[in-house]
Amino acid sequence: MAIPKKPAARKRSRAPRVPEKFTLRLYVAGQTAKSIRAFANLKVLCDEHLHGRYQIEVIDLLEHPEQARGAQIVAIPTLVIKLPRAVRKIIGDLSDTDRVLVGLALQELG
Amino acid sequence: MRKQKNARRSFAQLPKALTGITGLDEITNGGLPRGRPTLVSGSAGAGKTLFGLEFLVRGANEFGEPGVFMSFEETIPDLVKNAGSLGFDLNRLVAEKKLFMDHVHILRSEIAETGEYDLDGLFIRIADAVERVGAKRIVLDTLETLFGELPNPGILRAEIRRLFAWLKEKGLTTVVTAERDRPDTLTRHGIEEFVSDCVIVLDHRIREEISTRRLRIVKYRGSTHGTNEYPFLIDETGLSVLPISSLGLDHPAPGVRISTGIDRLDGMMGGKGFFRGSSILMSGTAGTGKTSVAAHFVDAACRRGERCLYFAFEESPKQIVRNLRSIGIDLEPWVRKGLLRFHAARPTYAGIEEVLLVTHKHIASFRPSIVIVDPMTNLLQVSTLNEVRSMLTRLVDFLKTQEITAIFTSLTLAGGSLEANEADVSSLMDTWLLLKTIEVGGERNRALYVLKSRGMEHSNQIREFVLTNDGLHLLDVYLGPEGVLTGSARVTQESREKAAGVSRRQQLDGRGRELERKREIFEARMTMLRAEFEVEEELIQQSISESKRLDAEVLQERGRMIQSRDADASAYKKNGHAAVRGR
Repeated sequence: MAIPKKPAARKRSRAPRVPEKFTLRLYVAGQTAKSIRAFANLKVLCDEHLHGRYQIEVIDLLEHPEQARGAQIVAIPTLVIKLPRAVRKIIGDLSDTDRVLVGLALQELG
Repeated sequence: MRKQKNARRSFAQLPKALTGITGLDEITNGGLPRGRPTLVSGSAGAGKTLFGLEFLVRGANEFGEPGVFMSFEETIPDLVKNAGSLGFDLNRLVAEKKLFMDHVHILRSEIAETGEYDLDGLFIRIADAVERVGAKRIVLDTLETLFGELPNPGILRAEIRRLFAWLKEKGLTTVVTAERDRPDTLTRHGIEEFVSDCVIVLDHRIREEISTRRLRIVKYRGSTHGTNEYPFLIDETGLSVLPISSLGLDHPAPGVRISTGIDRLDGMMGGKGFFRGSSILMSGTAGTGKTSVAAHFVDAACRRGERCLYFAFEESPKQIVRNLRSIGIDLEPWVRKGLLRFHAARPTYAGIEEVLLVTHKHIASFRPSIVIVDPMTNLLQVSTLNEVRSMLTRLVDFLKTQEITAIFTSLTLAGGSLEANEADVSSLMDTWLLLKTIEVGGERNRALYVLKSRGMEHSNQIREFVLTNDGLHLLDVYLGPEGVLTGSARVTQESREKAAGVSRRQQLDGRGRELERKREIFEARMTMLRAEFEVEEELIQQSISESKRLDAEVLQERGRMIQSRDADASAYKKNGHAAVRGR
């Protein structure tokens, strides 16, 4: 897999590999304040860090309850990211930007 | 039948949902609180998951209440496999839409918390599952796992509180399991505060290398319940809780008597033997012949065509059969005919509860009229006296309701008081035969007596018995200055009595002969006297007839003299003498 030059140049030497395109799935349960906030936070974050290399899919579990089982969703909101190595779940309203970036493997802890 | 009984019992109390778990519905007076959560707490391996599974399976199968199983630990294939070991086919129930299972799998390492969250995802899964099967029951096993996998316990607690409120609102009878890591707490994270209606603690103890399971109802709001610790078992038919007093004391008391198989022992008990359906304790030290007495009873019962179940806790069936041949009892034909069944096992292989349950099961499947437990004291090896006592109480109650006559043999430790050890169970028993060895004159001899026998006349004698190759024989009683004579002392006494008898007989014979002799003497004298008399009589008769003849001759002579006047007197005299001499 070819690593894009731009992020590699920008990152420090130990920077994790970043996929070309992120598939992000945000699971919500109805239009709650938390869900709306989570979506807004995610949008801002992605625009800033991923520069269009992402795709957000919002799934309302009230309409598709069976998907909660399939994706093993317990907490709401949950952001599911498919990374090259593992599936990661980020729960909460995504207000802690640093932790979201770690979760997205765009930034290391600390 | 049990269902109806329990339903009747739960009068006017808060509504309850029967679990169908053997014994549990009796302790709880009708099941778990309907539409409310029950906390089932216990250490690892205590049987919480199986409790939950059985609650759902029985609910679906027996009470028409579909259920949902939310597993937070085990995967669904694992659950299906585990339930299979209890004889529950979860896949079938799922296919019939009576059960829905969901495995909630979260890994802390996969999760990053980035702000406020709630458990709506879980709620939606539960709500969807409940809706799919129209569930009335739900099991959350083990909800507290969430605390380990999700950050922010504050949020979790609030969400769990909300979950229980929601479950109650939905009217779901809920079982929440929780792991208990310390004996002074019920749950790791204190979720019992949300489940205030009913709390059941399962315990799995290892004592002296033998496991025993216990169930206790810690709390049951608005309902009476048994407060003891109840032993329970998990086996191929699920959980069985064994309430001590479930059967009560309303068993029948038949007046029919059955032979003990030993004539003279029957004789000691009013000539008729044991009461049918009674429980007999037979205690004695090692080698007093307990098994032999029991074998006679078994043999007699089989001859009558009755079925016997023999629990051998010490010897193997083959050994018992072989050993009994030496006293002329062959049990093998009865085994072959299916009248006698042995169940041999060392109780140490299982806990006391398992022994009790296995006993119940064998009795239920074989339906014997006679049960032998030989020896019941082996049970003490696996448990405390208290537990054995409670187990035996239940067993005796059970046997009595089934009108099964039971002999419990009990090994008394040498040197201990014969009556003390069994005093704990003897009050349960109707008849108590005590076998003992009497040690006197350098030998031990066997003796037995009827220490008690309720409701019948019985002998108060200590009777010696011997084991011969023709069976057990009770011997006649010989009382000596120090009590019953046994063994050689008895033999001595017997021969002494025999000797005395002989001499008496000799004396008698002697007297008889003397009498005979006297009679002979008397008769001889009689003969002699008669002979003398006859001689005298003859003489007298002779003289009488002589006189008569002389008289006649005198008359004739006188007549002739008258005729011949001139005849001389000397001629007359000559003729007279000559006539006498000529006779």
